[in-house]
Amino acid sequence: MSLAHDARVTVRPAAAAQRPKLRGWPEINNPAAWIVAAILLIMPLIANGFFLIEIFATTLILGIMALSLMFLAGYGGMVSLMQLTIAGFSAYMVAVFGVSGNANISLGWPWWLAVPMALALATMFGTLGGALAVRTEGIYTIMITLAIGAAFYYFTNQNWAIFNGHTGINTVATPHFWGVNWRADIPFYYIVLAVAALCYFAVEYISRAPFGLALQGVRDNPRRMAALGFNVNAHRVAAYAFASFVAALAGVLQVWNYRQISPGSVSVGACIDILIIAVVGGITRPIGPFIGALIFVLLRTFALDFLVKLGLDGNRFRLLIGLGFLAIVFWSSDGVIGLWQSWRQRQRSGAARSSGRHGQGSGHG
Amino acid sequence: MTRFVERHPAWALIVIIAIALALWLTLAVWPPGLEEAIGRKRVFLNAVFNGITLGGLYFLVASGFTLIFGLMRNVNLAHGSLYLFGGYVGYAISASTGSWLLSFIVAFILTALVGVLLQLIVFRRMEGQDLRQTMVTIGLSIVFADLMLWACGGDFYQIQTPNWLIGPIELPLITAVKSSGEPVYLRYPLVRLVIFAASVVIGLAMWLALNRTRIGMIIRAGVDDRDILAATGVRIQLVFVLVFALGAGLAGIAGVVGGTFQSLSPGEDIRFLLASLVVVIVGGMGSIPGAALGALIIGLAEQLGSVYIPTYAIVVTFLIMVLVLAVRPQGLLARR
Repeated sequence: MSLAHDARVTVRPAAAAQRPKLRGWPEINNPAAWIVAAILLIMPLIANGFFLIEIFATTLILGIMALSLMFLAGYGGMVSLMQLTIAGFSAYMVAVFGVSGNANISLGWPWWLAVPMALALATMFGTLGGALAVRTEGIYTIMITLAIGAAFYYFTNQNWAIFNGHTGINTVATPHFWGVNWRADIPFYYIVLAVAALCYFAVEYISRAPFGLALQGVRDNPRRMAALGFNVNAHRVAAYAFASFVAALAGVLQVWNYRQISPGSVSVGACIDILIIAVVGGITRPIGPFIGALIFVLLRTFALDFLVKLGLDGNRFRLLIGLGFLAIVFWSSDGVIGLWQSWRQRQRSGAARSSGRHGQGSGHG
Repeated sequence: MTRFVERHPAWALIVIIAIALALWLTLAVWPPGLEEAIGRKRVFLNAVFNGITLGGLYFLVASGFTLIFGLMRNVNLAHGSLYLFGGYVGYAISASTGSWLLSFIVAFILTALVGVLLQLIVFRRMEGQDLRQTMVTIGLSIVFADLMLWACGGDFYQIQTPNWLIGPIELPLITAVKSSGEPVYLRYPLVRLVIFAASVVIGLAMWLALNRTRIGMIIRAGVDDRDILAATGVRIQLVFVLVFALGAGLAGIAGVVGGTFQSLSPGEDIRFLLASLVVVIVGGMGSIPGAALGALIIGLAEQLGSVYIPTYAIVVTFLIMVLVLAVRPQGLLARR
């Protein structure tokens, strides 16, 4: 037992020393990350169509949206509730420029034109919203982005010329090329997985790139960063632009997933769901939103059956989510990841204390 | 007032012209050319009155919100839920006892109690952690919304207007002149005017209480610097509880008002939360006069917008917010 313990103690500083050399890809020497990646890659062999699309693809799509929020909140200190609105805007643009059942609205462009157009417009939309939001700080940002999200929701409800009112746009065409129907379960899953991985590693990379470091500096002390010559607001707006692009990608995937888009998908409640996902997962690391999304999707899908089985009213699924969210916010500053870390820390410090080493595990931020 | 004119003569001129134009539009008999261009005067006056009375309702909701924020730096995103809760309580009381006034009292007391519980059980534990408090209020609003959906269902409720307030009243404002030369006066629902008057009275009472009483002095001191206030020996926690109770109670009253001249249903909580957010962003966070001005602007913009540019009414409200943020990010009447 003492041998194993000694080994752990000597390994930890070594790993810490290696980290800078690897240019910060902590996944590379983490076996759990490899296992998760392998499982995600061979998922179509394990799961059938329902699980593949309704659970995992949906999780990844929601995870990408929440990732964009995590990027803003975790590295930029800006909690934006309009990430879903940007995704919804991009989804609407795909439906408007591309092919759909509402021929009087859709322009009928091929998908390889409609998607870049949607991404560009949604990024622009998000950047403009961000430029508005960075004029304020902290809790004001939440309120302004929430107001933007709600305004967009009511606008889509009232506007019939472009957004087709409260019925929305239905039977949106999905891409077919190289003889593959990319909306069939397995190809679509891989598209979603590829985009999710791309976004995940992009966020991870940027968080360590000079821009990301400057952004974190802006989050921690904007006045000092301004004194050092950094343009604080430009960094924040640029962060919004990047996060908007990520959210826009998720929006494209979402409209292909459901093949329709309506104001219900961009409602205020849905905007808040994205915040819940990010906060429940943890907003200090890019993996957090995906964990949160998995929990959220599992709850949303199975809470009804679960509650009925317990003899309760199955419609109280939102109550369950709200209470869970409250519990997480109450007891952990960093979502499920934070709970997991503090549990690990306690175990480690317990082990350390038992062998007489003090003052190592108490430094928990 | 005179200082404002001295400092910004151009703005003062614009304001004076705008007021004169508004007065002329309300008081004068419109020439036929104008009626052809923008419709009948009765429609315009109705929209203006609807806007002003809606502004009164928005003020009731937003003043509690802004009061709580000003003192405790707590963005209470569950404020809309308190509004809806007050409305449901008011409906239950007025349906069972038939007394409209009693429903206000009970709604105020019960929502104030909920506010006290929230402050004592939840927010006191996380003082100074703005973001976490906001998250908690989001979670609470979800839980409350679902509980109320559970208890009251998804139906629409409307609180019965008492008999002595039913029916329109004739106002001394001429809308048109008949061919016989007889003037036609504006008829407007009495209940909305009474409610508007009541919200003005509540607003004035709050202003007086804040500026002329000892407790108001303590609250204003707390808004400026609550640490120093606590250090001078004021029991700040008690003040927090009182202010939270008052803010929540105002939301409850507003719920009864909203349930009387609009209706209550799930989703109204978010609508009014959004309205109070926009109102306080426009008027300035933490400022009661700001909430009044913001409520008036937003109420008028919403009603006039829905009459003259129906598709884009919500965008007008939003554009006002954007404009204010671009020109004066802290809000029109904020001090800092």
